[in-house]
Amino acid sequence: MDYLLLQVLNGVQLGLLMFLLAAGLTLTFGIMDLVNLAHGSLYMMGAYIAWTLIGWTDSFMLGALLALPATFLLGVAVEALVMRRLYARDHLDQVLATFGLILFFNELVRAVWGPAGKSIAVPGFLARTVEILPGVPYPAYRFAIIVAGAAVAALLAWLVARTRLGMLIRAGASNRRMIGALGVNIELLFTLVFGLGAVFAGLAGLMAAPLSSVKIGMGDDILIVAFVIIVIGGIGSIKGAFVAAMVVGQIDIVGRAFLPDFLKTFLSTSAASSAAPAISQVLIYIVMAGVLVWRPTGLFGQRS
Amino acid sequence: MNGKLLGAATIAALVVGLQPASAQAPIKIGFISTFSGPQAAIGEDMRRSVELAKEHLGGKMGGKPFEIVYEDDQFKPDVGKQKSEKLVQQDKVNVVAGYIWSNVLLASLKTVTDEGDTILISANAGPSQIAGELCNKNFFSTSWQNDQTPMAMGEYLNTKGVKSLYLMGPNYAAGKDMLAGVRRTYKGKLIGEDFTKWPDQLDFSAELAKIAAAKPEGIFIFYPGAHGVQFVKQWAQSGLNKTVPLYQVFSIDAITLPQQGELALGTLGAQEWVNDLPNEQNKRYVADFKKKHGVYPSYYGAQSYDAIMLIASAAEALKGDLSSKDKVRAELKKANFKSLRGGFKYNTNNFPIENFYIQETVKDPQGVMTVKTIATAVKDAKDSYYEKCPMK
Amino acid sequence: MIASLRTPRGLVTALLLLVLAVLPLLTQAFDQRYLLSIGTRIVIWAIAAISLNMILGYGGLVSFGHAVFFGIGGYAVGILSHHGVQSGSVQWPVGIVAAALWAALIGALSLRTRGLYFIMITLAFAQLVYYVSAGLEAYGADDGLNISRSRFPGLIDLRDKASFYWLCFALLGGTLWFCSRFAISRFGLVIRGAKSNDLRMTALGFPVFRYRLAAFTLSGAFGGLAGILLANEGAYISPAMMSWVKSGDLIVIVVLGGMGTLFGPLYGTIAFFVLEESLPPLLDLGRKGWGEYWQIVFGPMLVLIALYAKGGIDSLFGRRHG
Repeated sequence: MDYLLLQVLNGVQLGLLMFLLAAGLTLTFGIMDLVNLAHGSLYMMGAYIAWTLIGWTDSFMLGALLALPATFLLGVAVEALVMRRLYARDHLDQVLATFGLILFFNELVRAVWGPAGKSIAVPGFLARTVEILPGVPYPAYRFAIIVAGAAVAALLAWLVARTRLGMLIRAGASNRRMIGALGVNIELLFTLVFGLGAVFAGLAGLMAAPLSSVKIGMGDDILIVAFVIIVIGGIGSIKGAFVAAMVVGQIDIVGRAFLPDFLKTFLSTSAASSAAPAISQVLIYIVMAGVLVWRPTGLFGQRS
Repeated sequence: MNGKLLGAATIAALVVGLQPASAQAPIKIGFISTFSGPQAAIGEDMRRSVELAKEHLGGKMGGKPFEIVYEDDQFKPDVGKQKSEKLVQQDKVNVVAGYIWSNVLLASLKTVTDEGDTILISANAGPSQIAGELCNKNFFSTSWQNDQTPMAMGEYLNTKGVKSLYLMGPNYAAGKDMLAGVRRTYKGKLIGEDFTKWPDQLDFSAELAKIAAAKPEGIFIFYPGAHGVQFVKQWAQSGLNKTVPLYQVFSIDAITLPQQGELALGTLGAQEWVNDLPNEQNKRYVADFKKKHGVYPSYYGAQSYDAIMLIASAAEALKGDLSSKDKVRAELKKANFKSLRGGFKYNTNNFPIENFYIQETVKDPQGVMTVKTIATAVKDAKDSYYEKCPMK
Repeated sequence: MIASLRTPRGLVTALLLLVLAVLPLLTQAFDQRYLLSIGTRIVIWAIAAISLNMILGYGGLVSFGHAVFFGIGGYAVGILSHHGVQSGSVQWPVGIVAAALWAALIGALSLRTRGLYFIMITLAFAQLVYYVSAGLEAYGADDGLNISRSRFPGLIDLRDKASFYWLCFALLGGTLWFCSRFAISRFGLVIRGAKSNDLRMTALGFPVFRYRLAAFTLSGAFGGLAGILLANEGAYISPAMMSWVKSGDLIVIVVLGGMGTLFGPLYGTIAFFVLEESLPPLLDLGRKGWGEYWQIVFGPMLVLIALYAKGGIDSLFGRRHG
């Protein structure tokens, strides 16, 4: 039972990280109709910038906090220089240009931070376990991710539901032209939304870093899963992104924790271990296909 | 319009066409390793050792100057294969050496040894297939066969009386060999076995939770480089370091210790080379390396150093003339060089017959984390696959 | 088929084809074996690019999962070879049919969607196949699998690099021929018309969905052929053949060369490979060591092309006549 709880928590932790990444993506898709393949690069930049700042300030918390506005500024810069010119273009142009941005960012990181990648240590005060339930230790850092991720999700929900910016976001997701006609400063809105998405992506990147590593291209493969999440959840829907991210997180954990043992009953250990993660990935795509058949615009997407 | 295009095309054609002519004068050695990504530290250690070997040799082998062409496999089998092809076909090297990873080596083998008819010296990877049915007269190892090191650990665990064990390793060629090696010699109870996704999975929380529930008397792991760093940290973070001792191969070494730090104290590992082996050439190597780079070298580096010295011994015997591949192969097989391990001789399948030692992770007198030999696990060990090799 | 040799386009294209036709002789003469390997890969990728051009260039369908056909063709050959079926005359048709079937299946599902969803769903299906092959322990999983080349006893020895190259070149010629027929056939014209305005085509009475599905299937078949050739080129298959980055590369190639043109994919492929090989040394000329970071130049180049040079290389030759 304890083991099950631990694995569910791991799934929640992964889901929250994925939500942070997907939230920005679904916003730019929904409001600006922009295919942004370089969103994973923002995830990567968040981690690298955090690494540098943590090094300068010699404090994880301070470095991480400072990395957020830095990533926001980076997002704003990217938006002003490149994205702005792509809003009016067709999707192919956007795919091409943002694909080029991925290459550029990967190489930039290599030039500035070196090819080897970096590592960020779990901050000292979190390098221990907490007892979720009596006698059930869970790594404190992962628990912190859950807490932080949930807090950000709640903040975003409040932002979207209760503030003017949030109202504009929801309106823009339903009907882009209308908000322009209503006299809203579209350019500023788009810049803000893009910057916000960048911050969330960067936050996800820096939080994930101590669990894996900070390396070139770290956001590229995880980006595809983020796309799947927003398609499942519905492009433009924050709620959808959250639900889909949670589902995907659990599928991934099931694949890693439970599936191998199940498969080992009739496959060799290494065959089971090859098949298990593949199956859970494949499941994610099958879920996506299934959702699209049932609801072509995703679970909570706008019916256009 | 087309003038511009023609101009660009001409420049491109010229640049592509301006490849160096096949090396007549210097001896060319290709070296494939990982120089980017989280495992780049291993490649760097190997490169430093290769350069140190070059320095010790005065830049010459058998009277001829030699140069090394380094290529990055980016930790991927398909890239390693492509780079191997480039070294053989474009750079026209005399020997290709290196190869950290077994999957990269397996993908690249035929490209070098068959299609390229070029000698390949593995300075690390030792997949069982190449020791057995895929053995090749063009292939030589200056490391070991993957199963051997964990087999040595298995023997040691028997003598130490560890009654139950949980195995963990990455799911690729080497990981499978390593775990198979332990299973071959360990006589206690195997409580569980987990293969994790390679190379993506750096998060072992799910598996560690399983181990906590299973309560074995020891964990055996194979997680080279960056993965070993993550594993040891997570093993400590989960609290398991207080209840389940860690036994490992290739997971705690001079490269990973700076990051693992004191979390790794007291862990035991097996290896064929340790920095405190008491022969002259090893003392010189370790001392010079430490003086130059401020850190201890690892076995990856030691094996790469040996590879260069092995080639040099053949070049010496042939007075720098490497044109006859048959003669080069014959000289390499004699292994007439001073290995950092002390003695060095080849088995029929061109894998070494050597000793394996057990090391403990300790702090040296200056407070630097390192490993120290505490026992010899096996002597003059041969791998378990040489009989499948048709070469006799 | 080719524009008159008197036009710049015609002249350059004829020259390129001539060089490609005699490449093995040239590389032999200059002792540049490596260039023949690159040339072989260029020809194979060109076949894949032409197949993508059919639906992307002519049809306007942004399929982001085209590299999956590399994988299906390649794995068909590899799996059969692994199980002892070495004969090319069995392996190759199986590979092409498998690719066509998969194309038909995902086409049927994806072509019902539009815009962003279409791009995502084609990508997702490619990833699905990628992960399936990465999960198959028996065929090497992520490590990939070394395979023997297909056998065509008595006809051709694929292990001979020159013979293999000429076979690929001949297949490229066939693919170009097919594409030229396609572009001006009624079938092709419907596809091209639907790119501009599919409502109008439907109003004219054409079942656009069915036409597109057919084009998608054909495109997949040729992509599978390219995959078969790729597997034979390296005698190696791995999931990396169908990574989404390769799908992105194919899109870049098609746009770079000139979408919806016959030789655009060929120009694009050559340009892509030449850039990859020549940008590093060019940058090194500027300053030693810069060559490693060539994608810092290549990346923004793509951005600029997307913004300002959508016509691709083909448009450099000026307007087409007729």
